[in-house]
Amino acid sequence: MHDVDERFKIANREALIGVGLVLFNFIWWFGFAYGLGSKSPEEYTYVLGMPAWFFYSCIVGLIVMIVLVTIVVKVFFKDISFDEEGAGEQ
Amino acid sequence: MNMQALLPLVAIVVFIFLVGIWAGKSLKGSTSFLQDYFLGGRSLGGFILAMTMTATYGSASSFIGGPGVAYTQGLGWVLLAMTQVATGYFVLMILGKKFAIVTRRYQAITLVDFLKERYQSKWVVLLSAFSIIIFLFSAMAAQWIGGARLIESLTGLSYLNALFIFAITVLLYVTVGGFRAVALTDAIQGVIMFVGTLILLIAVIIAGGGVPQIMADLHAENPNLLTPFGAEGSLTPAYVSSFWILVGVGVVALPQIAVRAMSYKSAQSMHRAIIIGTIVVGFIMLNMHLIGVFARPILPGIEVPDKVMPLIALEVMPPWLAGVVLAAPMAAIMSTVDSLLLLVSSSVVKDIYLNYIRPNESNERVKKISFGITALLGILVFVMALNPPDLIIWLNLFAFGGLEAAFIWPVVMGLYWKKGNKYGALASMVAGIGLYIIGDLFLPKPFGMHAVVMPVIVSFFVYVLVSLGTQRRNTLQQM
Repeated sequence: MHDVDERFKIANREALIGVGLVLFNFIWWFGFAYGLGSKSPEEYTYVLGMPAWFFYSCIVGLIVMIVLVTIVVKVFFKDISFDEEGAGEQ
Repeated sequence: MNMQALLPLVAIVVFIFLVGIWAGKSLKGSTSFLQDYFLGGRSLGGFILAMTMTATYGSASSFIGGPGVAYTQGLGWVLLAMTQVATGYFVLMILGKKFAIVTRRYQAITLVDFLKERYQSKWVVLLSAFSIIIFLFSAMAAQWIGGARLIESLTGLSYLNALFIFAITVLLYVTVGGFRAVALTDAIQGVIMFVGTLILLIAVIIAGGGVPQIMADLHAENPNLLTPFGAEGSLTPAYVSSFWILVGVGVVALPQIAVRAMSYKSAQSMHRAIIIGTIVVGFIMLNMHLIGVFARPILPGIEVPDKVMPLIALEVMPPWLAGVVLAAPMAAIMSTVDSLLLLVSSSVVKDIYLNYIRPNESNERVKKISFGITALLGILVFVMALNPPDLIIWLNLFAFGGLEAAFIWPVVMGLYWKKGNKYGALASMVAGIGLYIIGDLFLPKPFGMHAVVMPVIVSFFVYVLVSLGTQRRNTLQQM
């Protein structure tokens, strides 16, 4: 059963990474939206024609998350077997 | 709507239909029918997996309703919609490999199978199966009504005929093809949604004279449309943020999504699905809600928000292209409905009939019963949608939030916390659903948040406390 425990350790770690990513995503989204968007619309600055809060929170935020998710998956996520036989062979 | 626009739409629906039938052929030589019919034999690759999750999730409400509300509320609603980006990676990361390993070990085919093996309790199984059947059946009926209304408004057919066309298409390929057909057609529908919204967004920006011009027009009409707070200033940060639970992280607990997290082939396909899913969900949500906002200066004064998508498509594009793009909401509805239908059917066949009525049915009989139940459920929904009873409409309002409140902790804690037991799971399900329905009736927005937040928080503590309090009783029973 040693291999099975090993696999669960990997699974637990990856789930925690998921929680971390979601917290980061939320803070980015919330921070830019309400940090830059809470003033009166007359004082808004614009990036590429969009209000800055929207540009950074929604557009840049999405791109940042895509890049971050890609890096995290490629670097930290391990390829493991899901089947019992695969784990028992070694 | 004219023929030029109708033809591509019909062609796409027919194409999807044929793919579904084709996928059903692989079921003929199946040796383990249940696995293949309800789970596609756990063989989904990364791309199909990402697309079927996206398509299942991007339902009629987000596709037809979403742009309509964005049209009314402005950029604040796009901000709210972006909470859904998290579903692209969060669901697969949280349920992730543990769910894949454990459900294989249990040979689980449905979410309820997993709960059954994890908690070893008849009451957990019955309660979850019944909440799935009741809530998702209602959700499905509401989607059928939406689908039929869309066909009605596009073709000018009567509601009855439209509903009939919709029902026949969906029923045939779900009944014949099972999960693999649903996943494959979902993938096609996901691509249509992605490309369709992108084309439409570009066309809308051009028609509106560029982004700066559109923003200036919006500002001139009502400066609030450019703020995160909505046209009337009614979207508070607390309310908008609580959608992170309803349509973001809470989605983990939706049975139709969770079942997909046990259907993939390997860790590599899961990795690919996480990346593709994040990109696809993100862009579809962003594009489609932006379309709603940008449509406002081009076509002001649309009274019925549900008509924003069809009207703007016909306004800014040549008719044939509008037809192609309008296949997107059609695809969204169909792909949600087919998944729900299959899931409700699996609950009836697998979770109730095979568990408690006739556990030792032969493969042949199970096959017949599965086809039969799926078809029967479809016909039942059809009858409901003809003249929807108020109860269905009411239950549909609670469907997604209710299922999230019920399942989130029994599933997540069941995976990651050894001490969780059946008492905790039962108490947390009852507390979750009960509080959600009662809360929605008497206290719709506690502390300015969406009604789903409180039950999710309370049911977490109920799960933990009841599990801890019954440790001794539980171990005694197992000895």
